[in-house]
Amino acid sequence: MKISTITYSFIQGVKNIRRNLIFSLASVGTMVACLFLFGLFYMVVANFQAAVKNVESNVTVSVFFEEGIVQDQIYQIGEALKAREEVAGVEFISAKQAWETFKAENYDEIDSDILSAAFNGDNPLANSASYEVTLNDVSKQADFVEFAKGINGIRSVKSSEEVASGLISLNSLVGYMSIAIILILLFVAVFLISNTITIGITVRREEIAIMKLIGATDLFVRAPFMVEGVIIGLVGSLLPVIILRYVYVSVIDFLCNKFPITNVLLTFVPEHEIFARLTPICVIVGVGIGLFGSSITTRKHLRV
Amino acid sequence: MLKLENVTVTYPTGITALDNVNLNIEKGEFVFIVGSSGSGKTTLIKLLLKELNPTEGTVTVCDTDYSKLKRRNIPKIRRKIGVVFQNFRLLKDRNVYENVAFALRVIETPARFIRRQVPSMLTLVGLADKYKSFPRELSGGEQQRVALARALVNNPEILLADEPTGNLDPKNSMEIMTLLEDVNKRGTTVVVVTHNKEIVNLLRKRVVTLRHGKIISDEKKGGYLDEE
Repeated sequence: MKISTITYSFIQGVKNIRRNLIFSLASVGTMVACLFLFGLFYMVVANFQAAVKNVESNVTVSVFFEEGIVQDQIYQIGEALKAREEVAGVEFISAKQAWETFKAENYDEIDSDILSAAFNGDNPLANSASYEVTLNDVSKQADFVEFAKGINGIRSVKSSEEVASGLISLNSLVGYMSIAIILILLFVAVFLISNTITIGITVRREEIAIMKLIGATDLFVRAPFMVEGVIIGLVGSLLPVIILRYVYVSVIDFLCNKFPITNVLLTFVPEHEIFARLTPICVIVGVGIGLFGSSITTRKHLRV
Repeated sequence: MLKLENVTVTYPTGITALDNVNLNIEKGEFVFIVGSSGSGKTTLIKLLLKELNPTEGTVTVCDTDYSKLKRRNIPKIRRKIGVVFQNFRLLKDRNVYENVAFALRVIETPARFIRRQVPSMLTLVGLADKYKSFPRELSGGEQQRVALARALVNNPEILLADEPTGNLDPKNSMEIMTLLEDVNKRGTTVVVVTHNKEIVNLLRKRVVTLRHGKIISDEKKGGYLDEE
C-alpha cells in the first residue's frame, strides 16, 4: 500500500465517521456502555479479591509443642515450617505472650488483675508456647496441617477449617462468576458493536460496490472501515476508562469521608493499580472489537 | 477485445438470462446492445465486469479468460474497463470533483496526476465550472456526464455504458452519445446497452439485438429492430 493510499484511507476513515455520525455515535455508545459495565465489574472483583486476600493473610494456624521440648528443637521445627512453599510467615508466641493476649482479649484490666491473683501469678498456659503460621494460600491449609502434625515434638495443630473452606469456596465462586460475567459482557459487546458497524456499512454498500466495480482492491475498500473501527474502538474504550477512574476515586472518597468505618473495614485497591490493568485491557478489547467488527462486516460486501 | 463463447447464464431462480450467446467485439469498435427489458442486456454487462460468472461458456476480455482469473486479479482487469452505470450511481455525499477523482483514488493513482487529470476530464464533459456541486444539485444530464467522466478518467481500453440515456431527455441523450462517439474516436472500445430507438437508428453503428437471452441479430451499421 502506498503512503498516499494510507493517508487517503485514514482521512476517509475520519470522514466516514463524520458522514455517518449517528452510526458512529451508536457504535461508540454501545462500546462505552459495554466496557463501562465490564470495567465496573472488574473494579468490584479486584477489590473483592483484595479483601479476600487480606482476610486470608489473617488466617493463621497455631502449632503447639509437646511438654518439655528444648529450645533447639523449637528452632528446628520453625525452620522446617518456614521451608514450606505455602508458608508466608512464622511467628513464635511464648507461653507468657499467649497468657497476656488471652487476658487482654477476654477481660478488662481489673478482671485481668483478679484473674492473675486467682492463679497466684502463675501462667495457666505454661505449656502453650506455639508458632503462629500465616499461609499465603488458604486452600493449602489442610496439607500444611497434615505436614505439621507429622513433625516430632508437635503436640497439636489448631486451625480454623470453617474460615479456610469458606474463603476457598467464596474465592472460587467469585472466580467463576467473574469469568462468566466477563464472557457474557464481551459476547454482548462483540454482538452489539458488530451489529452497529454492520448497519453503518450496509448504508455504504453502494459505495463499496462502486469501488469494487471500478477496480479497487479488497484492502483499499477495507482500509477506511478498519481506520474507522480502530478510532471508534479507541474512543469507545478510553471514554469508559476516564469515566470509571472518576467514579472510582469519587466513590472511595465519598465512602471514606462519609463512613470513616470503611477505612478500617476495607482496604481499597489503589486506583493506579486498577487502571494500570484495566486501561490496556479496555483498549485492546475496544480496538480489537472495532477491527474485528469492521473487517467481518466489510467482507460480506466485498464479494462483488 | 471482448469475446463471449457459448455463454449461458441461469440464475438460481431458474430464469435463463443468456442462452448460448456468442459475441466478438474488436478493439476500437462502437457497439449497441439492444433489446427489451429482460432480454439479458444488463446480465451481459455484469458478465463483462466479472460481477457475475457464466453458468456455461467462456468470457474473455483484453485477452484474459475470466474462468482462469484469480479473485485477487479481478481489480486489474476492471481498471481496463470504464463503466457508466444505469441510474448514474454517483456518490451522493461527494461533489463532482470527488466523484471523478474517486475512480483514480481507488486504483491508487498519485495525487499529482489526479489534480491534473480530473479538471481536464471535467472540461471534456463540459462540467468544469460545476466541480464543487453535489449530485443533488445537478440535472440528470449533468449527473450522467459526471458518471461518464468518472468512467473515462483513467483512460480505459473499454467503456461499458448501461442505459446511459435511460433517464435523459432527447437533447441530453444526444449530447451524451456525442461524447461517447468522441471517446470511441480516440481509440476506446465502446459498448452501449440501450433501448433508445432514436439514438440507435440515428448513429448507424454495429447493433446486436438480444431477445429472451439469445442474439437474434448482429448488424454492422444496423438499426433498432422493432418488437414483434
